[in-house]
Amino acid sequence: MDFSWMAWTLPTAAFFITIFLMLVGMGVWEYFSPGGNPRVGILRFETTRGDRLFVSLLGSAFIHLAWLGLIGPNLWWALALAVVYAIGVFRFV
Amino acid sequence: MEKTWNNKAWLMVLPVLVLVAFSAVIPLMTVVNYSVQDTFGGNQFFWAGAEWFQEMLHSDRFWAAMGRNLIFSAIILAIQIPLGIFIALNMPRKGWGVPVCLVLMALPLLIPWNVVGTIWQVFGRIDIGLLGYTLHALGFDYNYVNDPFDAWVTVIIMDVWHWTSLVVLLCYAGLVSIPDAFYQAAKIDGASRWAVFRYIQLPKMQRVLLIAVLLRFMDSFMIYTEPFVVTGGGPGNSTTFLSIDLVKMAVGQFDLGPAAAMSIIYFLIVLLLSWVFYTVMTNYDVEK
Repeated sequence: MDFSWMAWTLPTAAFFITIFLMLVGMGVWEYFSPGGNPRVGILRFETTRGDRLFVSLLGSAFIHLAWLGLIGPNLWWALALAVVYAIGVFRFV
Repeated sequence: MEKTWNNKAWLMVLPVLVLVAFSAVIPLMTVVNYSVQDTFGGNQFFWAGAEWFQEMLHSDRFWAAMGRNLIFSAIILAIQIPLGIFIALNMPRKGWGVPVCLVLMALPLLIPWNVVGTIWQVFGRIDIGLLGYTLHALGFDYNYVNDPFDAWVTVIIMDVWHWTSLVVLLCYAGLVSIPDAFYQAAKIDGASRWAVFRYIQLPKMQRVLLIAVLLRFMDSFMIYTEPFVVTGGGPGNSTTFLSIDLVKMAVGQFDLGPAAAMSIIYFLIVLLLSWVFYTVMTNYDVEK
């Protein structure tokens, strides 16, 4: 099958593979520790680890957009900030 | 102990997963790929990095369309949700009036979106349209083709006419599910009409209202066909919403890279706002 119309590039492929691996990782985590580990964190409502992954990914997307809009096109620092943010979300939310 | 689940059930989900992959995941991946490249056609692409995202985030045109979209959605929710609840509360619960009301309510929802646009486009015309001609004859300076305010009013009334029924039907479904015992208890307690609404009907409608708010927000935030048919985004850019601007950019100008970047930002905002609505409303329910 010819997928050239999808215009794949190495960075976008890496991006989607990372997302896919995260989902697989969450599946494995759920298999060994079922129930989603629900808890009430600093947002004052119950979140499961799936919710925390969603909040991490969505927040990371906005961190990158904010960095692009306010600072510049070098996104490595935005990526670092997003990783710190995601760790914070999984730890405190 | 007997096993209470069966992993073979996952096979039943497979057709839906395949459908979602083809209708949503693969197109989304393609849009992400386009958003970091430039193309002049012929399936040839050139790496552009985050350039289109930067261009969009600094584009006055994009933020103006975003502002119009947010204002439009806010107005739509502010009108359609209370109006839908009000109509649902006043609809009959038994007798011949029930099917009549339900059919009348369902009618606008059955009309294709481009036909709704065409109906209102003709309806509002000052030369042949019933609404436009009548308003003009009564001395109102109404002309949705030239006046941005009139264009906005027309688009909002059209959307209210088209979609309030959805809120009504959802609320009605919530209302008819309330057992009579609740009303009898309220009557014994001497509860006022407002108290019955506030403490019996509104809580029982909360689930369906969540769905109504989410659907109406997402639909109004992504509105395209009706305003495009009625006003074409004009006069000027006054009714150019994000989706209209997006189609102009992608199809009219063939700027696939910037259009893809705009699509992703648009998608993320819809996702964020929907998540906020959903979280706020479901957690309000839990706290109650």
